[in-house]
Amino acid sequence: MTDLIEIFFTVGLWASVLRIATPLIFGTLGALLCERAGVLNLGIEGIMTFGAMIGWLAVFNGVDLWTGILVAAICGGVFGLLHAGLTVTLGLSQHVTGLGITLFASSFSYYIFRIAIPAQNTPPTIEPFQPVDIPVLSNLPFFGEAFFTQTAPTYLAIAVALFMAYFLAKTPMGLAVRITGENPHAAEAQGVDPIVIRYGAVIAGSAMMAVGGAFLTLSAFNSFFPTMMQGRGWICIALVVFSTWKPGRAILGAILFALFDAYQLRLQNVLGQVVPYQLFLMLPYILSIVALVIMSRGARVPQALMQPYRKGER
Amino acid sequence: MAEHVVLHLDSITKRFGSFAANDNISIELRRGEVVALLGENGAGKTTLMNILFGHYVPDEGEVFIEGRRISHGKPKEAIAAGVGMVHQHFSLAKNLTVIENVMTGTEPLFGLKSETAKAKRKLKELEDKFGLVVDPDARVGDLSVGEQQRVEILKALYNDARILILDEPTGVLTQQEAEGLFDTLRTMAQDGLSIIFISHKLNEVMNGSDRVVVLRAGKVTAERDTSETSKEELAELMVGRRVERPVREEASFGDVVLRVENVGLSAGLVSRLSDINLEIRAGETLGIVGVSGNGQAALCDVVAGVLHPDQGTISINGAEVQNLNPRDLSNMKVGRTPEDRNTQGAVGELTLWENTVLERIKDPRFSSRGFVKKSEGRAYCKDLIDRFDVRGGTPNSRISRLSGGNMQKLILGRCLAEHPVFLLAAQPTRGLDEGAIAAIHEDILIARKAGAAVLLVSEDLDEVVSLSDRIMAIHGGKLSPAVETEHVDSRKLGLMMAGEWGGLS
Repeated sequence: MTDLIEIFFTVGLWASVLRIATPLIFGTLGALLCERAGVLNLGIEGIMTFGAMIGWLAVFNGVDLWTGILVAAICGGVFGLLHAGLTVTLGLSQHVTGLGITLFASSFSYYIFRIAIPAQNTPPTIEPFQPVDIPVLSNLPFFGEAFFTQTAPTYLAIAVALFMAYFLAKTPMGLAVRITGENPHAAEAQGVDPIVIRYGAVIAGSAMMAVGGAFLTLSAFNSFFPTMMQGRGWICIALVVFSTWKPGRAILGAILFALFDAYQLRLQNVLGQVVPYQLFLMLPYILSIVALVIMSRGARVPQALMQPYRKGER
Repeated sequence: MAEHVVLHLDSITKRFGSFAANDNISIELRRGEVVALLGENGAGKTTLMNILFGHYVPDEGEVFIEGRRISHGKPKEAIAAGVGMVHQHFSLAKNLTVIENVMTGTEPLFGLKSETAKAKRKLKELEDKFGLVVDPDARVGDLSVGEQQRVEILKALYNDARILILDEPTGVLTQQEAEGLFDTLRTMAQDGLSIIFISHKLNEVMNGSDRVVVLRAGKVTAERDTSETSKEELAELMVGRRVERPVREEASFGDVVLRVENVGLSAGLVSRLSDINLEIRAGETLGIVGVSGNGQAALCDVVAGVLHPDQGTISINGAEVQNLNPRDLSNMKVGRTPEDRNTQGAVGELTLWENTVLERIKDPRFSSRGFVKKSEGRAYCKDLIDRFDVRGGTPNSRISRLSGGNMQKLILGRCLAEHPVFLLAAQPTRGLDEGAIAAIHEDILIARKAGAAVLLVSEDLDEVVSLSDRIMAIHGGKLSPAVETEHVDSRKLGLMMAGEWGGLS
């Protein structure tokens, strides 16, 4: 029994928590931005997969790591443009469109990957992001190694989350995004064009999702394989609800889920002989559902979420 | 009053297909003036204002503000020229705060930081100047409807509006809130703003405006200075014929049909109704008045079988019904016109005939062995349309296409066609125009004459006084003693509605 608790006091656990949380933070922030403007983006799973593939492929073909991230972001933005065209301009069902984009983007990723890299026994690798020690802070006992020796994209994720929190709460455009997600007619009556705002939010949000995907191939691992997303996109959709549409809480939610995940990995080592490891794989999801139920009751859902806006109709 | 013309609508025509919603309309608005745009539902008032505000593009005609021509179809330009519009259905984001709603779009989008403190100061000045008090940090969804309307007006003023357009501003307000609104409008006019409000209520037009423009079937039929006209004249101009609300005749009552004894209802720990006792005899109408939110809705739901009371009994012709559901009641010949016809009275997406037979769909007339008899349903609906003068739809058209008045005629018609022993009429004429009100009143009186016991719940005091034999007031979930209509006056009704029941007999 003490074994199970001791895991929480190992540096390795906490160091891996932030690493596991990073793609979730990006994905959750991206989905959150879309939803704040009133668009559900279920394309996330596919967009993250595509970001992972294209970022990796770019780096494999010789560009540097940050350019790889940028390529992923641009491609994510293009998928966002597609999603916005279908849901905002054409007003199609956001569920169906999003799932369609996920299926399309995932298969398309695999297709491009297979054209570029013919099947091999061991997948080719790249040289990923290396951990960066934050001066002074990384020397702290325990915390230093756990939190301040991450790779650069992890710090970027935290920075983006803080920026998003500020953006939504304090800037005129953040307000325009929020009011569009609550009541696009109110936005229009004040001279803000909800269609422009929604396009912008979906494109920027989708770019963030793709960056989250690229983190997996450029930092957490060093190669791409088509099944690597493993539902992380769906977790992000749940984390948006968990975060009650607030960027600060998105970090919290992502870390909590990552903690469950990191914990179960270590649990497999301790109890793997006794209980089938698949049970532990299941654990984070069950805990996520419980956390979701607790956190999101009484949350204020953006009132115009999933409602297409058409000019002049009310 | 200054003769300075701030707004000129010049020969506006707007067609939807072959139907001319606005036909060559010209209106001038002067500085510091309150103009009422009076017309029945469908007369083209809202279309005209949407053109002015840039939501619609007219087929012909021009809009001039301060002598400058405004391009069509651009709300932004109208806002910049100083036009503010308060829509009938508010354009507010309920999850955001008052100040956030007000500030949206007023700053450059790419600004690094919203100047919230500055905005709050400006808002506070406007609030003080016009007596429109509202907490800038309150969530809009937590405000009352009257307060939300204040936010809408403040939004327009914050955008430096000099011309304010209000579309049916009192439709959602209580009597007191409406009076407060007109005081505010008066203050704003004295400050040099110009105001147009759209209405079909004669009382508020007479009390609240300097000038009246009457619109009928898309045309301006008359313009009058308010001081030189009368309610009667306006009614005739608006409807195009003399409209008189029907009057109740003396009648003799039969046995008690509806008996409600000691009924109480609570929601959680909150008591919504307590000690409700009432009786209505055959051929008698009991009116219930009260300020909205005092338990009317709960009372109607309990009597209609939607909610079941926690205590007490309800009986119809001696049979206890407090635990029956709406279908059982329908089978017992109880007719109900619910308070909100759009959500409870009709299914907007279904056709007229489906809506007329829905509550009796198991009746062998309309279905057999689980199959709906469509042609019988349509024929039944056609009959109702003819008998109750429902205009604007066929049995196969969607009911959401009907105007409020015609929808209500059909809802009431489907009750009356079944010869109810008891009729519940909850807010039967809310939001309807004069012509439709007269028709609905006629129908309710017919039911009474045919021997139905009628329970009329309404906020319109004129309506209750003219239709009811006895009147009770509801206050804080309790009913006052009943008073014979002959013995009430407005002062007494006011006291009853305030819960001051001492001295009533």
